[in-house]
Order: sequence, then structure tokens, then C-alpha cells
Amino acid sequence: MSNQEIDKGSINTAPTSTDEFIKGLWKENPVFVQVLGMCPVLAVSNTAVNALAMGMATAFVLLMSNVLVSLLRNFIPKEVRIASYILIIATFVTITDYAIQAISVDLHKSLGAFISLIVVNCLILSRAEAFASKNTVSKSVMDALGMGLGFIIALFSLGAVREILGNGAFFGISLFPDGFQEWVIMILPAGGFFTLAAWLLVFNLIKQRRALS
Amino acid sequence: MKEQKTISPPNSFKMIRAMAGIGIICGLLIVLTYEGTLPRIERLRAEALQEAIFKVIPSSTQMRPFSYQDNTFIPAKETDENIIYAGYDDLGELKGVAIVAAGQGYADIIRIIYGYSIDKQEVIGFYVLESKETPGLGDKIEKEQFFLDNFNALDVALTEDKNAIKNKVTTVKQGGKLNEWEIDGITGATISSRAIGDIIAKSTEQWVPIIYKNREVFKSFENE
Repeated sequence: MSNQEIDKGSINTAPTSTDEFIKGLWKENPVFVQVLGMCPVLAVSNTAVNALAMGMATAFVLLMSNVLVSLLRNFIPKEVRIASYILIIATFVTITDYAIQAISVDLHKSLGAFISLIVVNCLILSRAEAFASKNTVSKSVMDALGMGLGFIIALFSLGAVREILGNGAFFGISLFPDGFQEWVIMILPAGGFFTLAAWLLVFNLIKQRRALS
Repeated sequence: MKEQKTISPPNSFKMIRAMAGIGIICGLLIVLTYEGTLPRIERLRAEALQEAIFKVIPSSTQMRPFSYQDNTFIPAKETDENIIYAGYDDLGELKGVAIVAAGQGYADIIRIIYGYSIDKQEVIGFYVLESKETPGLGDKIEKEQFFLDNFNALDVALTEDKNAIKNKVTTVKQGGKLNEWEIDGITGATISSRAIGDIIAKSTEQWVPIIYKNREVFKSFENE
């Protein structure tokens, strides 16, 4: 549904670059509104650092693939477009994988298989298909930046809550006195669902309030 | 084949051109990144391994890899398999041997490294290299201090004829450790802590007799 809305938006009216950027943060936030890319959102948001790293890796792949898809949009025939997009996305995921390994072995260990799984993150493919393949490079960059940042913010808000409750820490720094009993469930997969549900509730409440006033 | 392509839909050339073009660009990008990051990735991995070796052999500051070939240990080349690492202190005195071992855990294969002291005939250190055990439960094998203390002096003494280990390393219930060769398990991480016991038992049975038999190799190497 959201994809159709985007299409209409880009044909009927002419949104500015700033609009393309802002929409990813709030109105069409990839996690809280479009509910895309749930696999990494739920799996790798158990600590703030993991969430931030995963968010940035995804945003980087999103940005680079949007740029390349947009650059090549007149060169790619529509019959082979999905194959081409996947090829482009997979390339940048591989590059990101090597880059993270070169930054820190520990970080690569904790993100594990989920880096490779960015390939199938529907957020990235949907941006390539619905936006970058129909818009100029500059607009695609703004779109990717907005969506990427929206994704980072969403992942980070999940990761922060889960780490604080599940580990009693924030960025690895202990927050509570020794007596604090950690909510182990929050760093287990189930905790991801609880936290996501809570954030979706908050997000929709705010949206509802805004619509009423 | 070629003729068919020119007859069938007029844009098939465009399709091939697009796919091939993108393939070439992507291939180039990947290879360049791989080549660019490889030295640093290898250095980081080697550093991480070295750090782990010094962790499991207390007071060691230097190390040498050895590989087991033809019933004896020789200084290892990078490509060798069956590598163990001898750790020495500043003066070049042998402090122990570090062995990498792996086995099935609860979630996935657990890879560990442990230190073995030839003089004491004990396991003297333990570190988890790789594990995907459940956070908060199974991953206590990496964090729980009383569990890690099991491996400061874990008895793996050999029998009289030096061919086998006298008492197989076993994991017991939390708080149930009575003998030097038993590992105090973790309640809530039963499978993971048992897996560690099994990995060490299997690996020590394989390595300790041959290391003990060839113990002179590690000592004399420093003297040369």
C-alpha cells in the first residue's frame, strides 16, 4: 500500500528534496510505518551497539544501491530490473561485510549472518524498485538518506530499550546498582517483538493525537 | 543460438548488455574491496588469536605455532593443519601450550581455545573464540566467573604409561564439583556447559598424550 502512495506522490505533485528526506524519518518510516526489514530489526537489536552498526550498514547499502540504480535507470531494461537490483545490492552488501571485518572482528562476530541477510532486506529492494528507478540521482540520495536514517533511529530505539532492560547497561556501561535483576527475555528474540510492539503503539498513539488536533 | 537471440524480442541485446555491464562493475567493486581490506582483516584476526593465546597461557608474552606431522611437532607454516601454539614468557621459558578445539553446542558449533601446562599436567586457561549460544543463558559459559575458574587448574594428568588421560574431564551439576578433573556446570546453561566439558575432554584425549610425548620439542626449540 505504501508503495502505491509513493508512486502517486512522485507523479502528481513534485516534492522537493527535503520532502524526500523528511518522509523517511516520520511519515513513511521504514520500520514504524512500513514495517519493512523485520528480520534484522528483531534479530540484531539486542544491544545499542549492534543496532547502530546494523542500521548504519543497511543505510550504507541503501544509499549506494539507490545511487547506482538511479544512475543506471535508463540503461536497465525492465525485464531484467529485479535481477540487476539484486546484483547491485549484493555487491554493496559484500563490500560492507569486508568493511565491517576490517573495522572490528568482534563487531563482525556479533552481527554474524545478518550482514549477508541485508541482501534480502525488502526495504532496500523496495526503495530501488519504487523510487530510485524512477527518480534522479540527487532525489534518490535524499530518499536513501532519509530512509536510512529512519531505519537507524528505529533500530537504535529498539536496541537501547532492549539493552537497558535486558543487560542493565547502555553501550556496555552498567546503569543500575548490583541488585538489578536483568530482564533476560528482552535480549532474547521474544523481547524484540515486545519492544517493537511497544514502539509501534507509541508511534501510532502520537500519530493519532496529531491527526485529531 | 546467436541467430535466435537477434530474432527474438528486439531488446534482448540490451538485456544482456545491462546484466553483463552491471556484472562487470559489481565484480570489479567486490574484488577491489576484497584486495583492499584483506591485509587488515588478516592482521586483526591474527591479533585476536594471539591475544586469546596469551589469555589462556598465563604470564606468556611470546608464542610459536607448531604443527603435528609424522608423529612429531614441527614449527608450523601458515597453511598447515593441526596447529597448536606454544607460549613463552619474556625469558623464553615455556609456559604452556594453547590448543584450539570445537564441538557442537546448543545453538551452533562452539570454538574454544584452552591452555595446557605440561609441567602441571593441567588445563590452565580457557576462552571462547566463537559461539552463538543463547544470550543471557548459554552465553554464561563466556562470562560466569565461577565457571571460568574451573579452568585455572583442571586436572588432565596422564596414566602411568602416558598413553591416555587418567580421568576424563566431565561436567557436573552446579556446585557438584568434587574432583580436580570435574567442571562445575551452570544451571540454566546445562547443555552449553556440558558441551564445553565434552569439547575439552575430546580434545585433551587427542592432544595431551602426544604433546607430553613430544614435550622436549617445545623446550629445545627456544634453545636453538
